[in-house]
Amino acid sequence: MSELRELYQEIILEHNKTPRNFGKIETANRTQEGYNPLCGDHLHVHLYVNGDQIEEISFEGSGCAISKASASLMTAAIKGAPVAEALELFEHFHQMLTAEVDEPVDDERLGKMAIFAGVREFPMRVKCATLAWHTMKAAVLDGQDPVSTE
Amino acid sequence: MTALVERPAMDPSHSIDVEKIRRDFPVLNEKIRDKKLAYFDNGATTQKPLTVIYAVQRFYTAENANIHRGVHFLSQQATFAYERARGRIGQFLNARDNSELVFVRGTTEAINLVAHSYGRPNVGEGDEIIISHIEHHSNIVPWQMLCEEKGAKLKVVPINEAGEFLFDEYEKLLSERTKIVAVTHASNALGTILPIKEITALAHKHGAVTVVDGAQGVPHLPVDMQDLDCDFYAFSGHKLFGPTGVGVLYGKKQLLDAMPPWEGGGSMIQRVSFEGTTYADPPTRFEAGTPNIAGGIGLEAAIDYVNSVGREAIAAYETELHDYAVEAIGEVPGLRLIGTAREKVAVLSFVLGDIHPHDIGTILDAEGVAVRAGHHCAQPTMQFYQVPATVRASLAFYNTRGEIDTLVKALHKVNEVFQ
Repeated sequence: MSELRELYQEIILEHNKTPRNFGKIETANRTQEGYNPLCGDHLHVHLYVNGDQIEEISFEGSGCAISKASASLMTAAIKGAPVAEALELFEHFHQMLTAEVDEPVDDERLGKMAIFAGVREFPMRVKCATLAWHTMKAAVLDGQDPVSTE
Repeated sequence: MTALVERPAMDPSHSIDVEKIRRDFPVLNEKIRDKKLAYFDNGATTQKPLTVIYAVQRFYTAENANIHRGVHFLSQQATFAYERARGRIGQFLNARDNSELVFVRGTTEAINLVAHSYGRPNVGEGDEIIISHIEHHSNIVPWQMLCEEKGAKLKVVPINEAGEFLFDEYEKLLSERTKIVAVTHASNALGTILPIKEITALAHKHGAVTVVDGAQGVPHLPVDMQDLDCDFYAFSGHKLFGPTGVGVLYGKKQLLDAMPPWEGGGSMIQRVSFEGTTYADPPTRFEAGTPNIAGGIGLEAAIDYVNSVGREAIAAYETELHDYAVEAIGEVPGLRLIGTAREKVAVLSFVLGDIHPHDIGTILDAEGVAVRAGHHCAQPTMQFYQVPATVRASLAFYNTRGEIDTLVKALHKVNEVFQ
């Protein structure tokens, strides 16, 4: 049960229940669809990118608690951030999720995203945690095709 | 071809000793995350009894050789064993002739074989293929591909809220344009049983053939080909307590006889020259290359095992366990069963409040309970119920009431975590 508590932390459950920046933004100039064909998680990430800056970001869709909370926390973390910084954070986030379970977590770099460290115990759920991030990345790189985790 | 003997008579009074049966399935003793395994993912694949494991092991240990070509002792033995397995499957399905049974990799390959070798020559522009709303993707996509290629139309028989096949609507869809009716024997996502015999009789009136996806039917239902009268029937060995990578396509002899080959290669020929090749008779025509010999032998052992437990006894036990499970999980707050057909195999598909099935699956797993969470390769079925996914507990005759109680306890835990 302790691994489960590590996975389903209060903050994750809370963001799942009341996700931040949920819905469409009228001013969006980038919209990207992402889905996980194996489990059916499906979302859209909307962004307003001005120059190198992510000025607005939101998401909508359906998915498990992990994918929804990760999307919610992502929007909160990178709203107003430079594109390069957002992509760098994804890089660190992805590294943490795919690292060995006993690898120390770099809280400073990851900020709130560090609470997803528990996902490492559940390899099948890594894709849930990264779906919104992959989608955001494709959007800022101006991808056209829907993003799939497969 | 050898004539088939009568199926062994079934004794309905033969009841199940579940503890004895569980000793035949070694994996059921495994501990998962320090918890006793409760395996409810039988719709995805079933566990294997020792007799199957030993049959495969014995083949590779002492009998391994390629079939059909060798004149040496082991090759003859392997050929004999493989063909004996085909015969046993024929008895199991009550086929008229062993040539009606084609070994394939599994249900998916069998359906694709029919779409290719029966569909292509027989379906043309403007023709129609009928499927049901609750098909597995493997009984949707091959027909979509065929329709696209031929300019034919795919028609879908709707279901009601309980997940039942609407027979009247099916009747309305049938016409002289209908060439193929492809339906599942039992829905993998909901458990709904389809009336194959009646569906087939009506299809035949309109000159159409029926293709039955028997992946979920074979482990639970009587599968008498002569009684059902369907034209094609496909199933996978691994969902019937046999090995993965082996399955069977049953096809009526006169249909198989007229069909062109599926894959070209060794075995499936009569004579090859650079000017042309003549093909072997069915089933060999559809079995190019070296098959899964050990798989076929393992499947025979699985069928023997199922027969030894007794198919009617299995059905009676599963029905009783299913009814117990429906009542037990009904007490979990927020739980909604998806698919409540009157005629069902032992499958419980459900959602729990607005908790995503994957989160439920992960929490159940932590309690040793193995279920499937997802769209079950039946996305149109999920769309009908407007859910992205469900949790599915699919039962087998080695499951117990105690395991159902463990499932229910674990579901309460899910509610606790998500409050």
